[in-house]
Amino acid sequence: MAAALINVQKTVRKGEIIEIKTLMAHPMETGFRTGLGGQLIPRDIIHRFVCTFEGVEIFAADLFPAISANPFIAFTFMPQQSGTLTFRWFDDKGGAQVETARIEMV
Amino acid sequence: MRLDAMMFTRRDALTGILLACALRPAAATPAMMEAAIADFTKNRPVTEGRVKLDLPPLVENGNAVPLTVSVDSPMTAQDFISRIALFNEKNPQPNIALFYLTPHAGRAQVSTRIRLGDSQFITAIAETNTGALFSAKAELIVTLPACAEN
Repeated sequence: MAAALINVQKTVRKGEIIEIKTLMAHPMETGFRTGLGGQLIPRDIIHRFVCTFEGVEIFAADLFPAISANPFIAFTFMPQQSGTLTFRWFDDKGGAQVETARIEMV
Repeated sequence: MRLDAMMFTRRDALTGILLACALRPAAATPAMMEAAIADFTKNRPVTEGRVKLDLPPLVENGNAVPLTVSVDSPMTAQDFISRIALFNEKNPQPNIALFYLTPHAGRAQVSTRIRLGDSQFITAIAETNTGALFSAKAELIVTLPACAEN
């Protein structure tokens, strides 16, 4: 895991529902494909994604091999105050990546 | 003569694909999807409706099929959608994803991109905070399945 793309608008008005779009670079190896020697390539997918706002979980997902490579997840959020969104991805190799984004209430 | 040669290569290629598929675990069956759904619903009744599953009816590339699922819900602390599960019939595994939502979402809507190994039905089941279940089904045709790429 290396590059994450997060698309969140920086400022929101009270009561506004925003869409948060995330894209994480990851091969999402299914574990069903065979390599050159005919052996199965071991599964390596992002199996869990969590988004928190000021420490409170607002969205989470369990992912399976049926999710495309470079998983794209978009969901909605209605912030009540300014704060920091924290995004976490966990993969089968024990890798984790954390990204943050700031939202200002205007 | 030329046509014959072409047919032969095509047959060769087909044999190769069949061999490759034989080495792989068998695809999930609608029965496996039923089992996965039963595991999620715990045999509670599922009502059709309230859920909208947005998928293109015909896709060229099964490796990345855009999907949006939305549920008609006020998303207040008293009445909200807590989980949305997606299932398929014919991929090697029946599960696609399980989303956990909270009233902070404001709207029950999630988008992602999925892989599909064949033309099939996709099922979405949403669970409210009180445990009621709602579902939607969508059929789509895949011209180049995800499984054929390797």
